[in-house]
Amino acid sequence: MAKTAKKAAKKSNGRAKRSDIAIRGWRRENGRIGVRNHVLVLPLDDLSNAAAEAVANNIKGVMAIPHAYGRLQFGEDLELFFRTLIGTGANPNVAAVVVIGIEEGWTKRVVDGIKKTGKPVVGFGIEGTGDIMTVAKASRAAKDFLQWATEQKREECELSELWISAKCGESDTTTGLASCPTVGNMYDKLIPKGIYGVFGETSEITGAEDLAKARAINPKIGRKWYRVWQAYQNDVIEAHKTDDLSESQPTKGNIAGGLTTIEEKALGNLEKIGRVCRYIDVLEPAQAPKRGPGLYFMDTSSAAAECVTLMAAAGYVVHCFPTGQGNVIGNPIIPVIKLTGNPKTVRTMSEHIDLDISGIVRREITIPEAGDMLIDIIARTANGRLTAAEALGHREFVLTKLYRSA
Amino acid sequence: MKAPQLLVHDKKDTVGVVVVENLKAGTDMLCVVTADNSSFKLKATMDVPIGHKIALNEIKKGDTVWKYGHDIGKAVANIKKGEHVHVHNLKTKRW
Repeated sequence: MAKTAKKAAKKSNGRAKRSDIAIRGWRRENGRIGVRNHVLVLPLDDLSNAAAEAVANNIKGVMAIPHAYGRLQFGEDLELFFRTLIGTGANPNVAAVVVIGIEEGWTKRVVDGIKKTGKPVVGFGIEGTGDIMTVAKASRAAKDFLQWATEQKREECELSELWISAKCGESDTTTGLASCPTVGNMYDKLIPKGIYGVFGETSEITGAEDLAKARAINPKIGRKWYRVWQAYQNDVIEAHKTDDLSESQPTKGNIAGGLTTIEEKALGNLEKIGRVCRYIDVLEPAQAPKRGPGLYFMDTSSAAAECVTLMAAAGYVVHCFPTGQGNVIGNPIIPVIKLTGNPKTVRTMSEHIDLDISGIVRREITIPEAGDMLIDIIARTANGRLTAAEALGHREFVLTKLYRSA
Repeated sequence: MKAPQLLVHDKKDTVGVVVVENLKAGTDMLCVVTADNSSFKLKATMDVPIGHKIALNEIKKGDTVWKYGHDIGKAVANIKKGEHVHVHNLKTKRW
């Protein structure tokens, strides 16, 4: 793998312009480009998981994404729940959606939300019908959607049309030396070409908050960012902490990898946004960006699956995941590309790693060369190469819950 | 260039990161500062795992520890040059 990586780096050295890398994706009804063609069976709530999974068992090639919530939520937590479910169905990597809920009211709310994209979507309620009849009806709909979706063709488009998210996990000191700056270099190259980017992990910027504030496009957005960060400190950390979070932030895995303090972790984390690009807005969790192409910040947890789920729900179609110690995360609807600069992780967990950039710590390759290697693997992934997480069946779909249900 | 054993982000830093496996006490490490590619030598006085930090100079209890050219916390014990720096002698100033 190291040899292949070196060869790729050498090959990409000569390329001056990265603006017009052609890829082939699915152009959806709303104009967005998707790089996967999933037909989803989306349960509205925990009670509907069994029916959704039964449909996915009946119809080969559709995917159920069970989750734990959707009952008795209220207020901001309920809004976030709907935004996440609707956003997941609306994502351009999804061709069509069958929604199954315990009752028809909230089921319809999710169906109507997804329908705004123009893609095929239908919903079924279980109450008054029962699981067996619901599964039969939903299976027929899922089969029709699947056969329709499999006839949709990829078309030529540009890499710059992609929405690419980033979040790191099981970080260690090599993350800040190699994999995060590689993602930052990719953003520095592709953001000016017109992609949408996003970073998040509100808690994990603690220690680098002044640096992060200064990377906003203007002082107003910087202040908006700082308010979000401060609110997290006050409302979550200070309200709930029982110690100095020394085994949660940094995590036990981080500590095993050599990270000692949250400040050190945060400084490495922030390397993901590169040297020159600036974020143009601050998004709520799962909120779709509205200010056009550019880099965004999203207010998210630093837990990998929660964060990637929220970014996918906002419409991002490819995720870059720098890891140090070897986080194994995937996502059901977006490919999660894992890169590491830790030679030990490359040696011990190679099946999880899509891009080995450990040459950086051996001083064999530079960060700009690694950035080009990442752009290459993004293009190949967009064109259909399955990521390690996809091949291994990692489909972590984890909803963010703001507080207890009613 | 030979592969270094220790990488340092910034000239201002007081710690560097071990980037090789099985580093043994007594190793005369090649250390590279990534910001400007300058290099120097430093003797590791302990076995330190890959990814873990080593003090570049003597650090006194209470001193701020610097990495990335920034404050990453305070020393909670005296640390000698070449020693392992981690949770036993470095703590956050936050939370």
